[in-house]
Amino acid sequence: MTYQQGMEAIDSDMLEKVAAMVEQLDYHQYTGHDVKRALAQDRLSIEDYGAILSPAAAPFLEEMAAKAIAATRRHFGNSIQLFTPLYISNYCENHCVYCGFNCHNRINRGKLTLAEIEEELKAIAKTGLKEILLLTGESRYQSGVEYIGEAVKLAAKYFSTVGIEIYPLNTDEYAYLHACGSDFVSVYQETYNSSKYEQVHLEGPKRIYPYRFYAQERAIRGGMRGVAFGALLGLDDFRKDAFAVGLHAYFFQQKYPHAEISFSTPRLRPYINNAGNNANDVHERQLLQVMLAYRLFLPFAGITISTRERAGFRDHVIGMAATKISAGVRVGVGGHNEAEKGDEQFEIADPRSVEQVHQMILSRGLQPVYTDYLRL
Amino acid sequence: MKTMTNHNDQLVIGGHAFQSRLILGSGKFSLDMTQAVIEHGAVEIVTLALRRANIGGQENILEYIPKGITLLPNTSGARNAEEAVRIARLAREIGCGNFVKLEVIQDAKYLLPDNYETIKATEILAREGFIVMPYMYPDLNVARSLADAGAATIMPLGAPIGSNKGLCTKDFIAILVEEIDLPIIVDAGIGRPSQACEAMEMGVAAVMCNTAIATAGNIALMASAFKQAVEAGRAAYLSGLGRVLHGQAEASSPLTGFLEE
Repeated sequence: MTYQQGMEAIDSDMLEKVAAMVEQLDYHQYTGHDVKRALAQDRLSIEDYGAILSPAAAPFLEEMAAKAIAATRRHFGNSIQLFTPLYISNYCENHCVYCGFNCHNRINRGKLTLAEIEEELKAIAKTGLKEILLLTGESRYQSGVEYIGEAVKLAAKYFSTVGIEIYPLNTDEYAYLHACGSDFVSVYQETYNSSKYEQVHLEGPKRIYPYRFYAQERAIRGGMRGVAFGALLGLDDFRKDAFAVGLHAYFFQQKYPHAEISFSTPRLRPYINNAGNNANDVHERQLLQVMLAYRLFLPFAGITISTRERAGFRDHVIGMAATKISAGVRVGVGGHNEAEKGDEQFEIADPRSVEQVHQMILSRGLQPVYTDYLRL
Repeated sequence: MKTMTNHNDQLVIGGHAFQSRLILGSGKFSLDMTQAVIEHGAVEIVTLALRRANIGGQENILEYIPKGITLLPNTSGARNAEEAVRIARLAREIGCGNFVKLEVIQDAKYLLPDNYETIKATEILAREGFIVMPYMYPDLNVARSLADAGAATIMPLGAPIGSNKGLCTKDFIAILVEEIDLPIIVDAGIGRPSQACEAMEMGVAAVMCNTAIATAGNIALMASAFKQAVEAGRAAYLSGLGRVLHGQAEASSPLTGFLEE
């Protein structure tokens, strides 16, 4: 696929490496024996990773959970990091058929002014949080890099850790946002199946699959400290997509050993009344299998659990696989200080406040961590 | 063999004397357990990651460490000498004292120390009056360079951080104990009290422990177990271990009895 004007191409073969291995994956070939063997390993091979993502691993979820808890505790102890997202704009130039923000949907669009952003930041900082994730829809026109840079500068005044979840940028643009005060970048590939990717991203810069794939590399080359990986599970074959996510992070870590790596696990929920009809449906059981597989394959990587999942699920996966949890979340544009200025991208399932999530973490014998990063 | 540092068998680091030879890492605990672990382990030195210290905010570790305990701020998060130096200076500015546990790590997967950058940072920090305790991969040449650079101790890893695998690098640590005239403190990998005891028997000056205690079923009891293991290992070292025969018994008639008097 041809890059659009202004999109930077970098010298990397990671896409081909990941694609070749995903192409070879036939997860139906795995048996319970393969899963047991994988779970007996100290360090899982790529082959083992395929096994624990396969349907054959479904009966071994309990064993996987036990092993994941031990790995999480070894690498992260009792620590659970807290953060919250702040949506500063929901304008979008992409037509992604599955997304509420897409450019053809007639939703209320909004963009916070810098003064409004600062008021939101102040309101969030009052909750005690020290880490924030700034989000925009994907519109360079409405929410340009300079606008985001100004938002980052403001955020850095109130928070020790500033992450961004915005449209993919070129290396020099990531370097600019890093200089403004941001150190962590989240970009999700949605699906690693490139033909499916084209089918669901009909218009806009997001249509260019490889430009998105290489966003994390450009971010690290631009000086960012850490990057997050993820697929929108359920958009295509979730097992293959989760396999690809893990490999992307695995090869990435080999190439950039200093980079801090994390995963997020957004999913498309199965249709109500359609449960069990589709092998690609991602129910909680499948979602948990993916999270546990990420933990066991790359035990040092952080895993974030979204407010899209219900409280009961979130409370149990922290410390088991997840190491970071959002709290006090609003997913409309703004909404922490004043009324929301734009519609929400999706509905959240866990509206608990920072204090409530804090108490929940303590009640589970875990330690809420507000800051785990020192900007130098 | 190294001579004893003093009659009371204190651990002396940078001119400061300690009775306890168990140093506590704090990064993996629930903070409300910190005090109990310090008490049960009779700990006198506690490390803290400056990046975790939520100064003025919620769950600030400094509020959980009792007065009288020596703070050992670490430079975790530093990827090169320059970053480590800046973290150490920040720690001193906020009142954490002159001790610094130097960690320079470029590898986010195994958290193995970068010996080269560690030497560079040690040189700068020692010159600035810090009591530098560098975490390192046990290499004799590097240990000598660290000593020359002004390190107060040498802190070799026993195994990768958090692995609880024990003394995987035992033979190399033994070389450091033999050759380096500074306290050798095993910094990472100790997973069981028996491993701490084994390290102390070898003559290391102290052990540092975090994951093994933090992930125990009964954290306070495990802290107490480590205290006893460290003390037992130290006593064994001081008393001089008995001979252990390997592979064969001793011949009852001397093999060299045929020699003429």
